[in-house]
Amino acid sequence: MTDLLAIGTRKGLWLARSEDDRRSWTLDGPHLLAQEVAAVSVDTRGPVPRVLAGIQYGHWGPTVMRSDDLGRSWQETEAGAIRFPEDTGAALARVWQLRPDSTDRPGVVWAGCEPHSLWRSEDSGCTFELVRGLWEHPHRPTWEPGGGGGAVHTVLPDPASERVLVAMSTGGVYVSEDAGGSWTPRNKGITASFLPGELPEYGQCVHKVAVDTGDPDRLYAQNHFGVFATDDAGISWRSIADGLPADFGFPVVSSPRTPGTAWVVPLVADMERVPPGGRLRVHRTRDGGASWTELADGLPDASWSAVMRDAACADEGDPTGVYVGTRDGCVYASADEGDSFTTVAAHLPDVLVVRAARLP
Amino acid sequence: MTAEVVLPGVLADLAGGDKHLAVDVGAGTLRDVLDRLDERHPLLGRRIRDETGAVRRFVNVYVDGDDVRFGQGLATPVADGAVVQVLPSVAGG
Repeated sequence: MTDLLAIGTRKGLWLARSEDDRRSWTLDGPHLLAQEVAAVSVDTRGPVPRVLAGIQYGHWGPTVMRSDDLGRSWQETEAGAIRFPEDTGAALARVWQLRPDSTDRPGVVWAGCEPHSLWRSEDSGCTFELVRGLWEHPHRPTWEPGGGGGAVHTVLPDPASERVLVAMSTGGVYVSEDAGGSWTPRNKGITASFLPGELPEYGQCVHKVAVDTGDPDRLYAQNHFGVFATDDAGISWRSIADGLPADFGFPVVSSPRTPGTAWVVPLVADMERVPPGGRLRVHRTRDGGASWTELADGLPDASWSAVMRDAACADEGDPTGVYVGTRDGCVYASADEGDSFTTVAAHLPDVLVVRAARLP
Repeated sequence: MTAEVVLPGVLADLAGGDKHLAVDVGAGTLRDVLDRLDERHPLLGRRIRDETGAVRRFVNVYVDGDDVRFGQGLATPVADGAVVQVLPSVAGG
């Protein structure tokens, strides 16, 4: 068994491997050197693992690269894997999310992109089709870009139904119950302190959403101010920020194994956006957000660097592994649900995304 | 009638390693030249222009030494024997 950790940075991709149940790691890279890798996925559903990377060449534009040999070689769809149809008049600016669907839907991969758009592939990420239902939503012209741009950055397909959830900065949470055909905003209870007046139907700046493994209707959301949970698939949200040192942050990660368990990485806000006191800490709940525990073992006491929305993830191991990467190029791994961390990498470029996979 | 397209080294691999390409000028505009370049080398074409056909923001194209952004853009005339040079702009970090 090999544990693989894909680390996407502002200047390329690194692949870390562990052959001893995540006790030690070997770093391989850079791959795709000098290219920004803001989205990565490791798709283990096929005969060989496929790594997809949403890259930005900088001068030469964005695209999706794929590797079926763990980074030794890369392929690119000639016409572009993600290409806006001519009638939209739009051009792809950035790939923010690559999300393989369930094993029951082989070949299906979702992509969230900038400008605000959702894409679906049926050929394992070689080509994607624009999800028109979201693109043509009447709200779309009023979705504002967040600081990083206006994008669909979270895509959560439900393996047991036709439900697909997306989250956008800004725009908020939208849910389709018919595989992307129609969409409704689901932000009731999510605050938006940067907007005047009553709580809006949409327009919230949701940084990340995660699904509880025990209940597909229970979701956790880390917002631009506020940490929230819902037990009814987003129809109503409640704050679960009590017990955290700050309610700002970017990632939220749920356990794929243990119901009620999730992790966040709080930052002081609004303007500082650094770990409280300069101490990088992960906070874990085991009771669906009713209480939080600060996790410090193996994390630095002098770290003034943020963790981006996709720079945290969990693995499928037992116990669950947890990973965080920082903007100062450090990556920390835990093989015990966050109780203790080891350093996988340091001095990489800004870490934008980490994704873990177990390879047979 | 052809123009000489000059590529930066980082793009030459997408044109079979050639930094200098003879490209038919078609009806005689930069758009025609880039369209023909797309047909021959689609990956190269996507590095220079996005799917709307616009030259990417941080790519500069010069026709006989003049930046087309300050001229007629894609409608810039390209005569037989003209030099079309593609360069990355000063950007990044």
